[in-house]
This record gives sequence, structure tokens and C-alpha cells, in this order.
Amino acid sequence: MNDISTWDIVRNLLDGALWTIGLSLTAFVLGGIAGLALLFARIAKNPIPRRLAQGYIEVFQGTPLLMQLFMIFFGSSLLGLEISPWIAAALGLTLFTSAYLGEIWRGCVESVPKGQWEASASLALTHFEQMRHVILPQALRIAIAPTVGFSVQVVKGTAVTSIIGFVELTKTGSMLANATFQPFMVFGCVALGYFALCYPLSAYSRYLERNIHGSRAH
Amino acid sequence: MAYTFDFASVLEYSDALLAGTVKTLALTAVGTVFGLGIGILGAVSRAWKLSPFDRIFAVYVELIRNTPFLVQLFFIFFGLPALGLQLNEWQAAILAMVINLGAYSTEIIRSGIEATPRGQIEAAESLAMTRSQVFRHVVLPPALLKVWPSICSQVVIVMLGSSVCSQIAAEELTFAANFIQSRNFRAFETYFVVTAMYFLLAIAVRQAMVQAGQRLIARRKK
Repeated sequence: MNDISTWDIVRNLLDGALWTIGLSLTAFVLGGIAGLALLFARIAKNPIPRRLAQGYIEVFQGTPLLMQLFMIFFGSSLLGLEISPWIAAALGLTLFTSAYLGEIWRGCVESVPKGQWEASASLALTHFEQMRHVILPQALRIAIAPTVGFSVQVVKGTAVTSIIGFVELTKTGSMLANATFQPFMVFGCVALGYFALCYPLSAYSRYLERNIHGSRAH
Repeated sequence: MAYTFDFASVLEYSDALLAGTVKTLALTAVGTVFGLGIGILGAVSRAWKLSPFDRIFAVYVELIRNTPFLVQLFFIFFGLPALGLQLNEWQAAILAMVINLGAYSTEIIRSGIEATPRGQIEAAESLAMTRSQVFRHVVLPPALLKVWPSICSQVVIVMLGSSVCSQIAAEELTFAANFIQSRNFRAFETYFVVTAMYFLLAIAVRQAMVQAGQRLIARRKK
């Protein structure tokens, strides 16, 4: 098949990459919101939300993303909902992302020295005020580098959604490889596409990690 | 909406589930042994700046850590035959696992090696140990011990990630799940059971890794 030019391949892959970016952003934003809820459940005084959040995190960190996607895809049809691969992919990756971000952020909150809690408690701040004015601003600075670092895992995780039929960069690559019989070139380009998306994030995360101690809060 | 769950139709295929579990564990074990081997070589090259290997490993680590495992697998299985390297599904799956874990463990072990106190190496050198003796006896065991928890987590992540090897028809646990649900038409039950199996496997693999760490590395510490 010679009627598919290199330019056609690249253009189609770029289209696929847009879906990869869209899915990554969706999962990262929604997963971040859910992760924040998990964080608050995880550091709550009441043990019930704490245990529930811990169980949730363990299940999502202890099972393959592919299985999570299958469960959502086939579980929803069991409930009588016919959801598209896009919805299943976005939902699956959001849940996956929230579990990791919730756990990363908990580590950041817990790394704020205990004296900060005690000092703010002695100023008669309520629990909410302590979180809002003392703990979270400090935890946030610690959290930026690992959060950016984790975004790389989200982008790479989107590749797995190709298996449930969501047409993003990897799926586009598979289809093109089948159509052109040039798998070496096509998958090489796909890998380069992911690298172009992920490497800046990795490098930025490393830069933040190196500079966290040198920079000052405003 | 009445739906009757039928888990018995999944358990009828316990042979396939067991065979898949064995293959997944074998894949993980081989990947771990050789991946950690590459990781140690890469880590010492990077930490001690052994030119030109430090540069080569730096590029390798960045390439692997910034691309999805599934794409690496497809590249190896579908792409490499164009270069004349024809691998069957197991060879491709193992190679992908080794390469993937090798890159992550390079970075993990490197941080352990770089945390070695300078005085330890100087003391060893003053005992007239050669460079490789210093590395084998003084630097590596405590470095591995320090980063072992991260290595355990990474091995679990790689084991869970191996589920995508089903896509090149390597008959591991996820492949077994796909096969079973194509026979009994009980997709949800099948994937539920297999997901639970992965969850238990993750716990078991982590425990095994922790034990292995204590046996193999901690033993040498006085």
C-alpha cells in the first residue's frame, strides 16, 4: 500500500496525540479533584473515611490499570449503561490518578513538621484554619515536584486505553501499522510522540525537585 | 434490572487461570532478575560516571521512562522484525519487561549508590581493595538495602503492567481472562475474579520481594 504517505502517517498520529493530550488533561484535572477529596478523607480524624480512602487507594494501586478499565467498561454495561470508550477511559484514568495523587499528597501533608500543627493549634486556629493557612500552603510547595512527576505516569497510562478501543496515539499507531506494513517507523513515531509529551514534564519535575530548597515562598 | 451473577462459570476455567498466573509470575521473576542486573550496571555507570556508559545509560533511562510500556512492547514485537530481529511473543514480552525495569531500577539504585558516605569508600581504598571490590563489598549491599522498598514497589508496578502483554498474545493472566470471557460470555465476573487475583498477586510479590531483600542483602550486614 503506497497510497499512505509519510505525511499522512504523521498527520494521523498528531490527531491521535491530541486525544492523548485531551484524555491526560481530563484525567489529571478530575483525578486531582478526587485526589484532594481522598487526601482529606485520608487525614481525617474519623477512622471510617480514613479506612475507606486507604482501601480505595490500595485497590487501585494493587490492580492493573487495564483490569480497572475492563471492569468499568463491562461493569457499566451490566448496569444497563452503554458508555463509549472515551467515557470509560476518562473515568478509569481519573480513578487511577486520584488514588496515586491522594497518596502522594498525603505524604506531603505528613511531611510538614508536627510543630507547625502544634504552633497553629496554640493560636486557637480551628482544624480547617490550620489546614487552610498553615499546613496546606507548606504541603503545596513540597507537592509540586512529585505531582508534575506523576503527570508523566498519567500520560503513559492513556496508552492502555487503546486496548478498550479508545482511539488515541497508540491505537492510531496500531491501525496505521496494520494499514502501511511499516510498524518500525510507525511505532517509532508513536514512541517519539510520547517522549515529546513526557520528557518536558520529567525534566521540569527534576528541576523543581532540585530547586525546592533554594527557592523562597512569597 | 435483574442480573444473576455467575462466578461458577469463571471458576470452571481454573486451569487457565492457574496457567496464566504461573506465566505472569514467571514473566515478573525473569524481568526482575535481569532488570535489576541491568539496573546495577546502569547505576554504577551513572553514579561513577564511567564514560561512555554513563551517557548511554542516561539516554536509555530517559527514553524508557518517558514512553509507555505498551508502546515499547509493540515496538519490540511488531517493529523490530523490520530490522531482522524476529521475536516470539514470550521473547518480546520478557525483553520489554527487562528493558523497562532496567531503566527504572537504574535510577532507583543510582540514588542509593550516590548516598554512600565518602568515608566508606576511602576506608575501603585504604585497605587496598580494588575498585570492583569496593563496589561489590562496600557500596552495593548498603545501597541496595537503602532503596529496596522502592525496588519492591517498582517490581509490583511492572508485574501489574505485564497485563498488557496479552495484547501481543503472550498467554499470561490477562490473556486467560480474555479467553475465558470469550467462552463463557461472563465478562464482568471474569474480570472481577482476575482483578482480585492480581490484587492478591501484588501483595504476594511484594512480600516475596521484601523477604528476598532480607535474605540476600541484609544477611551480609553484620
